[in-house]
Amino acid sequence: MNVIADNLDSYLGGIAVTLWLSALSFVLAVAIGGMVAAFRVSPLRLLRTLGAVYVEVFFSLPLLVWALLFFFGLPKVGLIYPPFTSAVIVLGTFTGALVGEALRSGINTVPPGQGEAARAVGLRFWQVLGLVVLPQALRTMIGPLGSILLALVRNSAVAAIAMSVDDLMWRSDQLATSTAQPVGVLTGTFVAYLILTVPGTWLVNTLARRYRFTR
Amino acid sequence: MKKRTAKLFSRLLVVIALATAAAACGSDTDSTSAGTDGTNGTGATAAGGATTSSASGSGSSEASAGSEAGGEAPAVEPGTSVAAIKDKGTITIGVKYDVPLFGLKNPTTGDIEGFDIEIGRLITEAIFGDDTKVEFVEAVSKNREPFIQDGKVDLVISTYTINDTRKEVVDFAGPYYVAGQDILVKADDDSIKGVEDLNGKKVCSVTGSTSLTNVQEKAPQADVSVVFDKYSLCVEALNDGRVQAVTTDNIILLGFVADSDGELKLVGNPFTTEPYGIGLKKGDTELRDFVNDVLDQSYADGTWKEAFDETVGVSGEEAPTPPPVDRY
Repeated sequence: MNVIADNLDSYLGGIAVTLWLSALSFVLAVAIGGMVAAFRVSPLRLLRTLGAVYVEVFFSLPLLVWALLFFFGLPKVGLIYPPFTSAVIVLGTFTGALVGEALRSGINTVPPGQGEAARAVGLRFWQVLGLVVLPQALRTMIGPLGSILLALVRNSAVAAIAMSVDDLMWRSDQLATSTAQPVGVLTGTFVAYLILTVPGTWLVNTLARRYRFTR
Repeated sequence: MKKRTAKLFSRLLVVIALATAAAACGSDTDSTSAGTDGTNGTGATAAGGATTSSASGSGSSEASAGSEAGGEAPAVEPGTSVAAIKDKGTITIGVKYDVPLFGLKNPTTGDIEGFDIEIGRLITEAIFGDDTKVEFVEAVSKNREPFIQDGKVDLVISTYTINDTRKEVVDFAGPYYVAGQDILVKADDDSIKGVEDLNGKKVCSVTGSTSLTNVQEKAPQADVSVVFDKYSLCVEALNDGRVQAVTTDNIILLGFVADSDGELKLVGNPFTTEPYGIGLKKGDTELRDFVNDVLDQSYADGTWKEAFDETVGVSGEEAPTPPPVDRY
């Protein structure tokens, strides 16, 4: 597997871009997901519907289709974002739906009595959510959120295919051409993604265990 | 809240059930068609999709007729790798699905059309005496070598430039055509007249092609970071103004000019020679010699020119003198 050793810096550069892309997208996804979850448990029917529609749309849309639609569709109405920005928005909005559902199910694990008690002492909706429900819900969300983040790292490869962002997948495609040894190169890519995700899985499991509630 | 979740969940179940049912139907029809295929020969590997092949009856009688008529055409020697393909009942050829004039899957009819396809049919005709005993599968630039190495295809005919890096892993018959790399720009762009003018410009080409390496050598300041896996996406990026030029072999770009309603133009100043070869498994000299014989034969009897005129020729391109086959 000389191809891998000879092109190590190309792989490392790709890993850096993949990590940076995943990190920014996850921040956006958590922001969107937080909003979606708040909408879905909100007392207003309109907001609940909006949240539900957002989730349903992104749950039923393949990521690649969304990426191609965003990247090649928006310029037709005059909006052009650079590839990296586009990738962050595409991955962030898509993952936002997953985060939203994870947060909502986390919120649902908090017994309704907690919310009722909080309201009874006069807290407003956002206070109930932010001070009472979310702190309890967060503990049960570590596992699901971690898996979503790891899925995001893997999904980020779509950015190379649909938007030509020079991440790990993109470097691997380039190397495959210049060396004419796609299988050797892809083996390296496979290992690189493993290096990115396996320690993450381990960390998520440990954290989830440490902060688990024993009810 | 619980009720709503339950409702959502049951709806989801229905969707999954429907999807599974649909999938089951799909595989049902697959297996029946494989069954009918199987009656006229060996294990018709219904490799899913893209079976524009044959299946239409009476194969074996046809084959003997073919070898009688083979006075001029190269004969299939028993015991060779070519005979092995013949015994298999169909030949599998990897082609492009998105290159107008060379290999294009017609979105309305589902037929695969182009010069590469016609060359494939000439070879099929020479082996089986019947040019329908072929299965075309899509081979995008980056999976051509693995397809050949793993035996997923017998041949690759897909605007496949012969070069030394590739010769280390696969062998080439041909060339059957020599293209040159050119540049596609917007019709109103007069700033690019040759490859040197690409310095400082953004250029798109496809993953797995050598086009961008060529640009890098001749215009080191060109930004060659934009790659997609289909030329059509590069053309889209050019239309959107994300790149200023698309570069690859002139003959591929010509098809996009023809489809663009005057929006795009070819610079018309080729800066490389790209001999298109027929990729096959490394070391399979028998198959390579056979394919080369078929090409030589088609040059002599005019079937090569006929194939060119019917496909690339419709763009107004004159059929050139066919390139001499390189029996390296």
